[in-house]
Amino acid sequence: MTAWRWLHVKVRAAGGLLTSRGLRHGHTRLNGPLMLCQNLSTARPLRNDFFKDLEAQLAAMRRKAAEALPGSSWSPVKHHSNLPPERTDIVIVGGGVVGWSIAYWLKQKELIRGGVQVLVVEKDPTYSQASTVLSAGGIRQQFSLPENIHLSLASADFMRNINEHLGVLDEDPVDLQFNQSGYLFLASEEVAHIMEENYSTQRYAGAKVSLFSPTQLKERFPWINTEGVALASYGLENEGWFDPWTLLNAFKRKALSMGVIQCCGEVTNFRYTTNVVTATDGEQLDMSRIKSVRVQMPNSLEYQPVECAIVVNAAGAFSGKLAEMLGIGLGPKNSMKGIPVPVEPRKRYVFVVHCPDGPGLDTPFLIDYSGVYCRREGLGGNYIAGASPEEAEEPDTSNLEVDYQFFEDKVWPALAHRVPAFEKLKVTSAWAGFYDYNTFDQNGIIGVHPLINNMYFATGFSGHGLQHSPAVGRALAELILEGNFKTVDLSNFSFRRILAQEPVLERNIV
Amino acid sequence: MAASLASLHRCCQRSALLLVARRQAFSSSSSPLPLHKRLLLSLTQRFYDVEMVLGWRFQRTRNKLRKKNAYYSYTEKYYGPNIASAYYILSLRGGFRYFGQSEWFHADQRGKFSWDFLNYKDLPLEEVDMSYTVINYTGLVNLEKHRSLRTLKLKGCPEVDDWFLARLHIFQDSLEELDISHCPRITTGGLAALRNLKGLKRLNVSSLSGISNPGLVVILLEEMLPHCLITATGYNYNMWQAEGEGKEEQRQRQR
Repeated sequence: MTAWRWLHVKVRAAGGLLTSRGLRHGHTRLNGPLMLCQNLSTARPLRNDFFKDLEAQLAAMRRKAAEALPGSSWSPVKHHSNLPPERTDIVIVGGGVVGWSIAYWLKQKELIRGGVQVLVVEKDPTYSQASTVLSAGGIRQQFSLPENIHLSLASADFMRNINEHLGVLDEDPVDLQFNQSGYLFLASEEVAHIMEENYSTQRYAGAKVSLFSPTQLKERFPWINTEGVALASYGLENEGWFDPWTLLNAFKRKALSMGVIQCCGEVTNFRYTTNVVTATDGEQLDMSRIKSVRVQMPNSLEYQPVECAIVVNAAGAFSGKLAEMLGIGLGPKNSMKGIPVPVEPRKRYVFVVHCPDGPGLDTPFLIDYSGVYCRREGLGGNYIAGASPEEAEEPDTSNLEVDYQFFEDKVWPALAHRVPAFEKLKVTSAWAGFYDYNTFDQNGIIGVHPLINNMYFATGFSGHGLQHSPAVGRALAELILEGNFKTVDLSNFSFRRILAQEPVLERNIV
Repeated sequence: MAASLASLHRCCQRSALLLVARRQAFSSSSSPLPLHKRLLLSLTQRFYDVEMVLGWRFQRTRNKLRKKNAYYSYTEKYYGPNIASAYYILSLRGGFRYFGQSEWFHADQRGKFSWDFLNYKDLPLEEVDMSYTVINYTGLVNLEKHRSLRTLKLKGCPEVDDWFLARLHIFQDSLEELDISHCPRITTGGLAALRNLKGLKRLNVSSLSGISNPGLVVILLEEMLPHCLITATGYNYNMWQAEGEGKEEQRQRQR
């Protein structure tokens, strides 16, 4: 019995020793007046101070010991405060809108809080060269592939309920500044049949689109010159344009609030293991698996290898380069390893023009069969216009300089022909941005690489990455966490089509 | 004894003084805080729990809204689309008039309504008044079949937003009168969607708080809908009067 009591006392003493300082303060607070009497004597405070100091030192020692235990990120060397963690579950390379959307959906779909640790690596936190913020910001449903139409419909639905998805408690609601204006595609005689086929595909997929004859077109939009137009298709709903920066920031804010880790740095290398596997047809394949990602800090020699289970390649225009670090595309010709990721940056110009006599509030996102597009920007008679250059005249992609001659030569004549009011206009500014151009078939590549079994791709959207980002993020999160696509089946956009050399082409009228 | 008493007295005095000093130094520790402050203090230590509870509340209101605006497929299956729409309108405390009839059906203050509307199974709706109801984008699906709808009043609907206006193209051939005044969530981007309503004759866009420069927007609307009478009151157009008496200018124009 006495032994037991002694043990009890000891435990209590140990408890006292283990209590933190905060708790001890609470204790003194409770017995305030009693302690005061003690303060009057001279010997006790000294002893108290001694114990307090000792306790503080012990607490510090305990903390240090806990930090040095395996499983924590403590190291004896003092380091950069912005370094990414040493290990994480999923690394998303590329902090554009697609990358952040994937991060958000991964967190959204995790079963318990903190179930998946996600790291987003972005090399340029100012987004000065990112395709996301330099795009024209449109969303349309007028595609010819059902997958693309479904992606658009799902994304429009997401944007409609954006505050249910991306609203953060105690923060302002997200205002995308969505402009509900349809896309108006104009088709010439030669391509009118394609437009009709696309129209039926779109209607079948559930998009609200209507076809106009040139007369109807003239009636609806008197300011359009219908010369050469055989057919026009016009989106009635879920189409328009919005502010890309707001969408990006909304994704980022929500993902960060859900516990995604953000890191500013550049992925410069991978550490991976390779196994040689013999395929059923006797071909020797090098199957790789990424073990860690090397993240280089900006403007310094410091780097951090991040151990991870899965890497998501959402680097947009630079995802081809990222895959090259793993030897994709560097193998011998006619082998699986010799086929590169067919994504490269392409420069596109966007010109802002001012035209006081231009079309008004009902201006659609006009896309002419010559490849020229224009849309309204704000209410003050400003418009955005541009065109895709021909394959042979692709501009140099080393910088983001704007070639104003391109507007004079290619955009303006076609634009003024279509909308005579644009004869009198003034170019007020211009910018250039990168497309993550898929040279193979101009559609997104979504899914795991067949030779690297833990690298997922979400890239190569060739200009519709921004508008499809909410749905693509969800699809990829489903693929990673649940094993296959649940809501929109995107298996046609997997890497397999590139290995099989079967392009999934969008039948465009442009 | 007396000395000890005096010393005790001094001790008490000093302790009292010290107590006062302590109160000033650590006012939070010695004197108990008011209840609401203590409550807030304990809530700050439970941030994630509070976030969770607020999230649930948000979700609950959302689910309620969803339930109210659900597609009345069961009613439609057994009573036809006209009765389904009428029932939807009345249960949201709105009102409507059947095509060719003069009688209006309205729900009263407490949401009660008479079931006489069941007698007009074959008549489509002509006028619908959904003012001050919680109709939203998904609820519009219940009215979709009424291609002869002429008047739609959506005054002061908190859930009517730009996407709702974009969806109104389903009535593009019939709709003549639209009232979207006092809807707080409508912005300029949504008004551009009204271009699809070619037959619109009357449009009320008064007191839309989401519009930044109403003067210009109204002019652009008039340009876009040349055959439409646009009412836009409740805006202060004059910049210099903004700080003064805030006189509201009335504006009605027909072009």
